[in-house]
Amino acid sequence: MAIDVNGKSYETDEEGYLVNLAEWNEDVGTALAQTEGVTMTDQHWEVVNFLRDYYNEFQIAPAVRVLTKAIGKKLGPEKGNSQYLYELFPYGPAKQACKIAGLPKPTGCI
Amino acid sequence: MAGPEIKAPPYREIPVPPALQPDATVGIKSFVANEKIQEAIGFQGKLADNWQETHDKAIGHFGTLLSKYRSLRVYMDACVHCGSCTDKCHYFLGSGDPKNMPVARQDLMRSVYRRYFTPAGKLFPSLVGARDLTQEVLDEWYTYFYQCSECRRCSVFCPYGIDTAEITMAAREVLDHVGYGQKYTNEILGKVTKIGNNLGLPGPALLDTLQGLEEDVKDETGVDVKYPLDVKGADVLLVTPSADFFAEPHIESLIGYGKVFHAAGQSWTLSTLASEAGNFGMFVGNYDLLRKIALRIREAALELGVKRIVVGECGHAWRVAYAFWNTLTGVGAGGKDPFAIELQNQLDPHFKQPTHICEYTWDLIQQGRLHFDKEANDHRVITFHDSCNVARASRMGDYPGGQFDIPRHIIKAVANKFVDMAPETIHEKTFCCGGGGGVLSDDLIDIRVKGALPRMEAFQRVVDEHGVNFLALICAICKAQFTKVVPYYGFKSSMVGGVHQLVSTAIKLGNEQ
Repeated sequence: MAIDVNGKSYETDEEGYLVNLAEWNEDVGTALAQTEGVTMTDQHWEVVNFLRDYYNEFQIAPAVRVLTKAIGKKLGPEKGNSQYLYELFPYGPAKQACKIAGLPKPTGCI
Repeated sequence: MAGPEIKAPPYREIPVPPALQPDATVGIKSFVANEKIQEAIGFQGKLADNWQETHDKAIGHFGTLLSKYRSLRVYMDACVHCGSCTDKCHYFLGSGDPKNMPVARQDLMRSVYRRYFTPAGKLFPSLVGARDLTQEVLDEWYTYFYQCSECRRCSVFCPYGIDTAEITMAAREVLDHVGYGQKYTNEILGKVTKIGNNLGLPGPALLDTLQGLEEDVKDETGVDVKYPLDVKGADVLLVTPSADFFAEPHIESLIGYGKVFHAAGQSWTLSTLASEAGNFGMFVGNYDLLRKIALRIREAALELGVKRIVVGECGHAWRVAYAFWNTLTGVGAGGKDPFAIELQNQLDPHFKQPTHICEYTWDLIQQGRLHFDKEANDHRVITFHDSCNVARASRMGDYPGGQFDIPRHIIKAVANKFVDMAPETIHEKTFCCGGGGGVLSDDLIDIRVKGALPRMEAFQRVVDEHGVNFLALICAICKAQFTKVVPYYGFKSSMVGGVHQLVSTAIKLGNEQ
C-alpha cells in the first residue's frame, strides 16, 4: 500500500502505517490524518509532536499515562486526561495518533 | 478505520445454540506476516511459489509433530464426533459459523490427518472424510485456526478430554513452518525476543515510565512507593505483562502491585531483560520460541540474585509459568538436573516458585499484614471474570479450585460489593473474553466482538440485577479486549479493570491518620 502526497508516493503497511519513519513530514501527517477521518488542528499537532519527540528519545511511543500527563502539564490539567485525547483521536490516542505521527503501531496485549 | 461497520450480535433470549450460518466468518482473516517478520523469528519468510513444495513441507512437518507429540496423534484419532463441544465455543455462539464449532474446526486438520496418516484415508479417502491438502484447505486453516483463542472451554466438555487448543497450536506451527504466519503474533514474538517485551519497550522507556509512576503515586498518596528496575540483590523479581507498563487500565494494577510490596516492606524489583510475562510462543505451538522467551526470566533471576519469582496479572503467562517453567527454565520444584539445581539453590524453598501475584497478596492478607479501607471501593459493584488459562490450565494456592477462590477472596477483602456471574459462565466453565491466543488484533475486531457475546450476556444480567459496574480481571489480554469491545454492547470502557486496581484503591500505606 502507499499514500500519495504532493506528487510523491509513500509506502504504508497493510494497516496504513508509514513504513519508513524518516520520510514523514507535516504534509504526510495531514494526509495520514485524512485517511483516518481526522482534521488536524493545533491541539492535534501538540499531541503528534509530543509523540514524535518521545519516540526520538525512547524508540517507542509513550504509555497512555505518560502522554496524558505530558499534555496536562503543557495544556492544563483539564486536558490531561484520556477523554480529551479520545475526543481528538476517536480510535485511540496510542494507535491513531501514532499513525498520523508516522510512528509504528504499538502492539502487544493492548 | 475504513471498512464495514461492526455490530455486536443481539443477545439471545434463551441461550441456545444459534442457527447455522455457513461461511459467516470466512472473510475475517488477520494480516499475514511479511518475510521480515517471519525470518526474524526463524520461520520461512513466505509460501513457496510452487504449491507442491508447500504441500510436501506442510505434510512433512505435520508428520514431525505427530511423532514428537503423542498427544496430538491421540487427539487426531480419538474424536468420535459426539457433538458435546459444538455449542461450547464463544466464537460459534457469537457467529453461527459452523466451522467455529470446535469439532468442525479440528476436522479441518483431522481430515488431512486421515488422508496422509491413516491406512483407511490413504486407500479410501472419500469414505472416511479424508481430504487432500490443497491451497484452499491451507487458507481455511489460516482463517479458522486464528478464530480460536485456545481457551479450552470446549475441552472441559469433551468426554475424551481432547485438548483442542493443542490442535490449534499444531496447525499454526505447520502454517508458520511453511511461511504462512500471522502478522500480529509473529511481530510480537520478534519484539520480545529482540527487545525483551511484547510492546518493544526499551530499558530507558521502562525507567522513564516507572519514575513517572512513582511521582504519580507520591502525588496521590503522599507516600514514596517505589517501582524499582534491575536492582541486584532484591528478594522478589516481579515478571508482569508489558502492557502493565503501557496501557489503561493495566497500569492501575501495576500501581497496585507496588503498593502491596511497599505495605509488606518487601524488597523487590522489575527487570529490563524479563520485562514480559506473556509468552506468545505457546500461542503458535512453537517449543523453541516458548523456551527462548521463558529463558529470559531464568537469566534475569540468576543475574539479579532474587530469592523469589512473582508473576503479575496475565492469564497465559501464568499457565506457562505454572505448568512449563519447571522444565523450560528450572523455576519450580522438583528439578534435579544441574540446570534446575543452579536456580533452585538460589531460590528460597519456603515459597512456592513461581508465585502468582494473587497468591502473594492473599498470603499477606491472611497473615494480617495488609490493611484496607474497603469503603474506598464502595462506588463499585464488582464481578469477576475467570481468565481461561488461569481457570483451566493452572492453579493457585494448595488445593484444587484455589485459582477460582483466591482472586475472589482478595476482591472481598478490599471491597464490600461483589457478585458472581451465572455459574455456567464462571470457574472452569468461564467464557473466553474473545481476544485470547493471538486473536487480540485490530484486524480481527469483528470476530472479537462476536466472541464476546456469551460473556457480555452474563455480564448484562448482573448489571441489570445487581447494578454491577466493574468487571475485575487478572489478564492483560482480557483487559485490552474488554476495554475495546464492551462499548459495542453499550458499556463504558471504564467499567473494566484489574483485581490489583481494586487493591490499589483500598490499601492503607501506613501514613493514614
